[in-house]
Amino acid sequence: MSGSILAMRGMTKRFGPLLAADSIDLDLYRGEVLALLGENGAGKTTLMNMLFGEYTPDAGEVRIRFPGGDEEILPPGQPQAAISARIGMVHQHFTLAENLTVLDNILLGTEPLFSPKRSRRRARAGLHRLMETSGLNAPLDVRIRNLSVGERQRVEVLKALYREARILVLDEPTAVLTPQEADSLFAAIRDLLGDGLSVIFISHKLREVLAFSDRIMVLRHGRMIGEMPTSEADAGGIVRMMVGEEQARVDRTVGKPGAPALGLAEISVPASRGHRGLFDVSLTIHEGEILGVAGVAGNGQSTLAQITSGLLQPGQGTISIGGRDVRRLSPARALREGIGRIPEDRHQDGIVADMSVAENLVIERLDSPEIQRQGILRRSAIAAHARTLIDAHDIRGPGPQARTALLSGGNIQKLILARVLEAQPGIILANQPTRGLDVRAASEVSRRLIEARDRGAGVLLISEDLDEILTLSDRILVMHNGRIAETKSRDRAVIGAMMTGGAAA
Amino acid sequence: MIEIVPRGTMRPRIAILIPVIAGLAALLLAAVPLAFAGAPILPAYAQMASGVFGSMFTVTETLTRATPLIFTGLAAAIAFRARLWNIGGEGQLYLGALAAVWVGTGMIDGPPILMIPLVLAAGAAAGAVGLLGPALLKTRFGADEVVTSLLLNFIILIFVQMMLEGAFKDPMGLGWPQSEPILDSAVLPTLVDRMRLHAGFLIAIAVALVAHAVLAYTVWGFRIRAVGGNAAAARHAGIGVKRTILGVAIMSGACAGLAGVSEVAGLKGYLTSDLSPGFGYAGIVVAMLAGLSPIGVIAASLFVASVFVGADSMSRAMGVSSFLADLIVSMSLICMLVGGFFARFRLRRRTTRAP
Repeated sequence: MSGSILAMRGMTKRFGPLLAADSIDLDLYRGEVLALLGENGAGKTTLMNMLFGEYTPDAGEVRIRFPGGDEEILPPGQPQAAISARIGMVHQHFTLAENLTVLDNILLGTEPLFSPKRSRRRARAGLHRLMETSGLNAPLDVRIRNLSVGERQRVEVLKALYREARILVLDEPTAVLTPQEADSLFAAIRDLLGDGLSVIFISHKLREVLAFSDRIMVLRHGRMIGEMPTSEADAGGIVRMMVGEEQARVDRTVGKPGAPALGLAEISVPASRGHRGLFDVSLTIHEGEILGVAGVAGNGQSTLAQITSGLLQPGQGTISIGGRDVRRLSPARALREGIGRIPEDRHQDGIVADMSVAENLVIERLDSPEIQRQGILRRSAIAAHARTLIDAHDIRGPGPQARTALLSGGNIQKLILARVLEAQPGIILANQPTRGLDVRAASEVSRRLIEARDRGAGVLLISEDLDEILTLSDRILVMHNGRIAETKSRDRAVIGAMMTGGAAA
Repeated sequence: MIEIVPRGTMRPRIAILIPVIAGLAALLLAAVPLAFAGAPILPAYAQMASGVFGSMFTVTETLTRATPLIFTGLAAAIAFRARLWNIGGEGQLYLGALAAVWVGTGMIDGPPILMIPLVLAAGAAAGAVGLLGPALLKTRFGADEVVTSLLLNFIILIFVQMMLEGAFKDPMGLGWPQSEPILDSAVLPTLVDRMRLHAGFLIAIAVALVAHAVLAYTVWGFRIRAVGGNAAAARHAGIGVKRTILGVAIMSGACAGLAGVSEVAGLKGYLTSDLSPGFGYAGIVVAMLAGLSPIGVIAASLFVASVFVGADSMSRAMGVSSFLADLIVSMSLICMLVGGFFARFRLRRRTTRAP
């Protein structure tokens, strides 16, 4: 490990059947910014959590080289060891106590618990020096709750620097920042590299990665796919590496588009804490077609899905179903209008984990006379219904009366798919329908979506997996920064450029 | 290093056994404070047992004590099932009692067949209103119902005291702050001659059975369980989450209100501001011991009531503090939580490789 200050070797972590990290090697050199890229679930955060001792790896070791030349293998699963090896991590979600001041937050955990006298003055002087040298400024006596997100982000970085971090991990540091805030953060960190700081930088924003990093590593499905100096990288090539060029998992067939099924016209939503904004989004899904929405995560896809599901009312614009305008779309209304929804987060929005498989299979149609009579559940009919769907969709688990929590992710997705398709919906919203599924489960989901299309349903497929979009979609839209644009191209580089904000082709 | 590993399925038999074992463990642990208090341990337990099972009188007293606990336990269990944290059972109990007194002390009179349902309905409605306020604040403004329902307890108690000093004060009460007595036609009949056990106990059992049936067999119960299990998924599935919460608030508040009616119209006969020694709060403990099951609430109430009645009798005979009862109930709750943990997880010794 010549010259590197950090060497991770053979890092492997398995979560049940999922191999989240598969013998990944990583070297970090003094004074560089290493960008870690990959789709959601590619293993970036898993890898960093192993570095920081938050996960214990199943195999592999983390070697640290100290300035004197000493080497040390970090004991696995001990954050304290990572901290004393001067590794600092800035999480995607802030870990600040809102009701304490900036100073308190930075000192939290660095002071002995029962020290009689707190050397505040020394800490304050040290912090002032640090702020001066780093250019990261934060008002020390203001409570966190009164700071903007940009300021909070700076406090997080200051906190790591105050602990004299030599290795700084930034997990999507700009996810909540405006471009100006992000630029000033990057400029400040750049200045620190000369003093021996090294940075591992996780981001979905290719533009930032290209501008800020020295070296790029790409992960996919828990494996290291490639590595290159940033000076030799281009956006299209990176996207290709991220999403892969595996053999198509399902043969592409062409749909026969019919009449418009669902239309969104000039939909705008102001951004808020819970979701990204949308700007003038218009799209039409026809019967018998799959309309794919490509894009890097966090560009407004979730907001689009929430509106289509009836969970969010758009600020402006109209929604029409089968040519009729729908004024207020609620989840119940969406179901009545024949919109089947496969939610992005199946655990959070898709199932009630503590209820049985049979109950989750009927949860969207409690008003149906097959399910109930005068408010009384027809339990035997519900059980029989569950057995039919379990057989038809090969939902594997302990049985219809078992808690749904006991099913694997793939089988939970089959359950949701069974529930959605059973209603023979005219419109299907499939938001990241194969995320986190193994190849077989994923191709099963894809096959079902094509079947539904061939039966005449209009499918809105939102996916970060460009392969999936290219394989399944009859038409392709690309989302970037809350706006949407159609492309006729099926070239990865063209779509990749649009995903990162390049011009439409 | 020790690792915590979740278990796969929990067998139903274990789910029932845990509270039983927890209760027994708490009773055994009570030996420690008993020893500290200097009481002979085995005779103390014997005294406790005979205080509960010793005679017809003690048994009926235990059931009488269990009656309000079943109602308030149901109030907590139903609300908690929907993740509506009703800490206001005490206040709703007093509202129910107040309504019972308002209707039952001469506003109207009629045969018992009319008056008893009327008093019960008035109390249930008043209790429901008592929780509907916090529930509306929750669904409208996101106000934390733990805070609002808890603080409302004190407001309601002071309101009751005001009424007992004013409009509801018994003119024949020699100046005591108490209400007029409930009319004979509105009094819940006793079940056993010369004992205090009254029809409120049977009503409590019936309400528990109905609550169980509603939760397990109806669409309404399905909605409650879905909202409590995962409100986001329930909303996604088209279930009206806010409407469900408001409905649950009505059911839960009504149960707590019935506790007040039952105490006033079944036991005391008139309302004073010390009607409840914290039955509303004890209901929360009962519900947790019952694993939020309405049928379990019956068993848990009987257990808690036995502990209280038994410890009372022991403290009189042995000269130890009757606060021992609170201690046993608290310890059984802790044992229950520990037992629940071990039912869901097991500990595994992990060997750490040397670096």
